[in-house]
Amino acid sequence: MITLGSLLTLSGILFSLAVAGIFLNRKNLILLLMCVELLLLAANFNFIAFSRYLGDINGQVFVFFVLTVAAAESAIGLAILVVLFRERRSINVEDLNTLRG
Amino acid sequence: MLVEMMFYVFATILVGAALGVIVARNPVISALSLVLCFITSAAIWLLLEAEFLAVVLVLVYVGAVMVLFLFVVMMLDINLAELRQGFTRFAWLGWLTALAVIVEIVGVIWSRGGLGIDASKGGTAQPADYSNTLELGRVLYTQYAYPFELAAMVLLVAIVAAIALTMRSRIGLKKQDIARQVAVRREDRVRIVKMKAEKRS
Repeated sequence: MITLGSLLTLSGILFSLAVAGIFLNRKNLILLLMCVELLLLAANFNFIAFSRYLGDINGQVFVFFVLTVAAAESAIGLAILVVLFRERRSINVEDLNTLRG
Repeated sequence: MLVEMMFYVFATILVGAALGVIVARNPVISALSLVLCFITSAAIWLLLEAEFLAVVLVLVYVGAVMVLFLFVVMMLDINLAELRQGFTRFAWLGWLTALAVIVEIVGVIWSRGGLGIDASKGGTAQPADYSNTLELGRVLYTQYAYPFELAAMVLLVAIVAAIALTMRSRIGLKKQDIARQVAVRREDRVRIVKMKAEKRS
């Protein structure tokens, strides 16, 4: 029997690895996008775990919506990345200073 | 027992692949590790009886999103050495944050009681004739019909935005202008010249 605790722990480890990845690869925009995907996967794990634990299908519906939005996000993110690379010939986050932020 | 063992094997692979995503030198290897992550997650979701979502994860993520990532990684000519520069500068902060997050989440889970959840219990298995897809569809098309439509709109907007962002018009490119072709009239193309007929020699 897979316990709820082990599932939540797994999702926590996955989440923290993704957060560490954002810190480590803070210059590479592609890897940042990949780490965001990993974060969303960890969140989805929680939804599925609780959906099974509580016997409630609504958690899985929410995972469905999260997957949809994540796919849209990565498509637009990669499109922006391609346009950016065309302009700057680089995807280094430190080169993104147009907005002076 | 077998299910539990499989879960731990998959969980180990999943954590290893996630580590591979964040520390790999080559973005292609990161992307492939992420593919492995998604596939093992799908396997774990199958163990949790979320069959439809497991299949969707493999189809949508491995089949579409990760292929898109790989395309972009291979298409762009990136100077990796520059991007790797200062890789270890904030690494300690990253690992510290990761450790803090793990300790907090595990602490909350295993302290139990206060939240009203018993984390040491597993879910109950569904009966043999249970169809996850059927149940999901039943909820999705009734209770969640409007959010479902909204999700479709989000995807449509994403398609339009992605195409609009990446479309460019290059100067000096010879291509058809359909509007001008259709708008052309006879007078623009044909010139009738009147001249006298020559004598037959």
